[in-house]
Amino acid sequence: MIVEAGHFALVLALALAITQTLVPLAGTLGGDRQLAQAAPSIAISQFIFVALAYGALTYAHVVSDFSVRNVYENSYSKMPLIYKITGVWGNHEGSMLLWVLILATFGAAVAAFSRHLPRDLRANVIAMQGLLGTAFLLFILLASNPFLRLSPAPAQGQELNPILQDPGLAIHPPLLYLGYVGFSVTFAYAAAALISGRIDPVWARFVRPWTLVAWIFLTLGIAMGSYWAYYSLGWGGFWFWDPVENASLMPWLAGTALLHSVCVMEKRDALKVWTIFLAVLTFSLSLLGTFLVRSGVLTSVHAFAVDPRRGVFILAILLFFIGGSLALFAWRASALKPGGIFAPVSREGGLVLNNLLLTATCATVVIGTLYPLALQALTGEKITVGPPFFNLCIAPFALVLVLAMPFGPLLAWKRGDLLAVAQRLMAAAVLGLAAAVIFAATRGGPVIAPVGVGLAVWLIVGSFIDLYERSIKRSSGFASALARSRGIPRSVWGANLAHLGFGVTLLGLAATGWGVERVINIKPATTYALGPWQVSFDHVSKQAGPNYRETFTHMTVSDGSGVVAVVRPSIRYFAARQMDKTEAGIKTLDLGQVYISIANEKADGSLDARLYWKPLVSLIWLGALVMAFGGLLSLSDVRLRLGFARRAAPKALKAAG
Amino acid sequence: MGHLRLVCLAMLMCVASLSHAVTPEEVLSNPQQEARARALSSQFRCLVCQNESIDESDASLAKDIRTIIRKDIVAGKSDAEITRFLVARYGDFVLLKPPLDRATLLLWGAPALIVLLAALFMWQARRQQRGEPEAPPLDAAEEAALARLMRPE
Repeated sequence: MIVEAGHFALVLALALAITQTLVPLAGTLGGDRQLAQAAPSIAISQFIFVALAYGALTYAHVVSDFSVRNVYENSYSKMPLIYKITGVWGNHEGSMLLWVLILATFGAAVAAFSRHLPRDLRANVIAMQGLLGTAFLLFILLASNPFLRLSPAPAQGQELNPILQDPGLAIHPPLLYLGYVGFSVTFAYAAAALISGRIDPVWARFVRPWTLVAWIFLTLGIAMGSYWAYYSLGWGGFWFWDPVENASLMPWLAGTALLHSVCVMEKRDALKVWTIFLAVLTFSLSLLGTFLVRSGVLTSVHAFAVDPRRGVFILAILLFFIGGSLALFAWRASALKPGGIFAPVSREGGLVLNNLLLTATCATVVIGTLYPLALQALTGEKITVGPPFFNLCIAPFALVLVLAMPFGPLLAWKRGDLLAVAQRLMAAAVLGLAAAVIFAATRGGPVIAPVGVGLAVWLIVGSFIDLYERSIKRSSGFASALARSRGIPRSVWGANLAHLGFGVTLLGLAATGWGVERVINIKPATTYALGPWQVSFDHVSKQAGPNYRETFTHMTVSDGSGVVAVVRPSIRYFAARQMDKTEAGIKTLDLGQVYISIANEKADGSLDARLYWKPLVSLIWLGALVMAFGGLLSLSDVRLRLGFARRAAPKALKAAG
Repeated sequence: MGHLRLVCLAMLMCVASLSHAVTPEEVLSNPQQEARARALSSQFRCLVCQNESIDESDASLAKDIRTIIRKDIVAGKSDAEITRFLVARYGDFVLLKPPLDRATLLLWGAPALIVLLAALFMWQARRQQRGEPEAPPLDAAEEAALARLMRPE
């Protein structure tokens, strides 16, 4: 009964989404105030009904109602509660419903938090959100319905894939979707601006917080996905240039570019057309990612051809929105007047370079990901585009980007002095070079490792220079330095921290060059050297989990003076699916990690193991956290300034009158 | 979307055996040769998995190819010879870095082409910006209006 109610709520949500599209548009285009003003409440009700539907599906999973096909295929009565709940989005139908739930959440958030938005802009934005909701709700109801029943109901479910029974599933997809779908707001703003033909710094000021929110979530989502792959695949790889990963990287690159160009628009009223284009592009890439992942086209072109219903549906949605928005763009972009003029060497110029490099990187990733599909579809020829291609093609862009990054925030608006900025960055350059030389001389390893460290140091120190000059350098004592650093706008802190975070990630990446790997057969009560550590294999123990049996291998890590850590890699056997799953034993020591994964015990008591020492590896993800935190700081500033603009406006009017 | 990759892995049964890609028996005793073998294996894709190199893959086919590579290295063959053999056997599909030929010209040329296009676009935009007058001079009516506004009350 609750399941049917959920199904019905979804149908009602579709009806509301259609209303949410048509009524506000009729209001703004026909000049009817009341229709336009109805938009927020429709958006909020649509959210409520999607949430009800989502709640109903979660309920079916939690009570293990195996008469629902989706529950039968992806759940199991003995699974821990947390995986029953996260299992809702651990499958195609459920994850699409989560997608729509997040879309509706953003729609409702726009409705709730944008009261001070110009009325027509708000109505148009909400209408665009409604149109997106309509398309995806139609898709769910027609081609991907999670509420279908089975008769007779099976007694037991097939269980969620053991690989997905992991805290990673609880965190990664929601974060990623919040990022993906968050860009729908920016997209809606761009479309609304194109419809009305008006775009100005105020528009940019409203768009910036939403872009930041989406960017923060996407950054965290990608980092979390990478860490999940790292700890669960058993050999510590964290990025594979897999099409599915690329699908999340593409909108991140475009979104990062957008974040920077919105800045230029807000401050200097320049790059308008380009910013609109990026806003359209970023969400289009989110949609493309959804299509790539959800249509099955990646597994093979044939799989797509065998069951094309879902794929074709998403492709149609993709073409409708990308084509529609690009057509709107082509038609209306000329109406947008170009704004502020600037010299090539200026803050604006730096941000243009940033945009150029990020979009070129993004385009390379898009082409590398789609090329094999296109080639096979057109000529039947099969090729593979893998990590060696991406590393080779992306490296030059990344190199220029990292070299240029510290310059950007130090350049003045309109017209900057490159030489003066270079002088201010001297300390960073010297320290970076010194680090590269010292590491090359003492550590050896592949050339790329010390070069990477040098670049990372350049970037990290470079991000501090602006903050240092604004606070410590100008003040006499600690107290005044503190006071001055408080006076630095939070968006400046945020931007510099985000750059710093990227440097931290780069440092972690560079240090992978000094990793130690041992693939060996280990025997109990024996000690093995692993980089700076000694690892000894003590004994094996068995334990029963809720829906699996687990075999632990107990190992101790010691340095010269004594035991520093205990590591327990294990293997879990899931009886329902008759599947083994390895759980790597990981211990963080000095920002690096000892990483051990094992295979099943052999008859003689020995076992095959992979032992790794990965120095500084945790920095890869800590850097992403720092980047996200920088975004958060910037966001808090944007909100403050929004409030300020609101309060200041009436005064300004009075003065003019 | 790491999790989907994991699902794909699971579906393709690449994790069916817990052999963890390279196993201790496969490892060559000469560390230089082993390092060469590892570097070379990361250039070929596992033909039955999705986007995994044979160095990472647990599939038995990948293990076979790893063994071939190691045997050939011990036998003194060069990396180029081994690559030629594998391409002859499995086609260009096996290469994670596609060769530059007529079919991949656009792929390899893409990064340079994009930068070129962007530079052209920016140059064009800049020329347009220069060509535009800053603001048209005020006409008589506007001058009068301005004077009226500026006059102290």
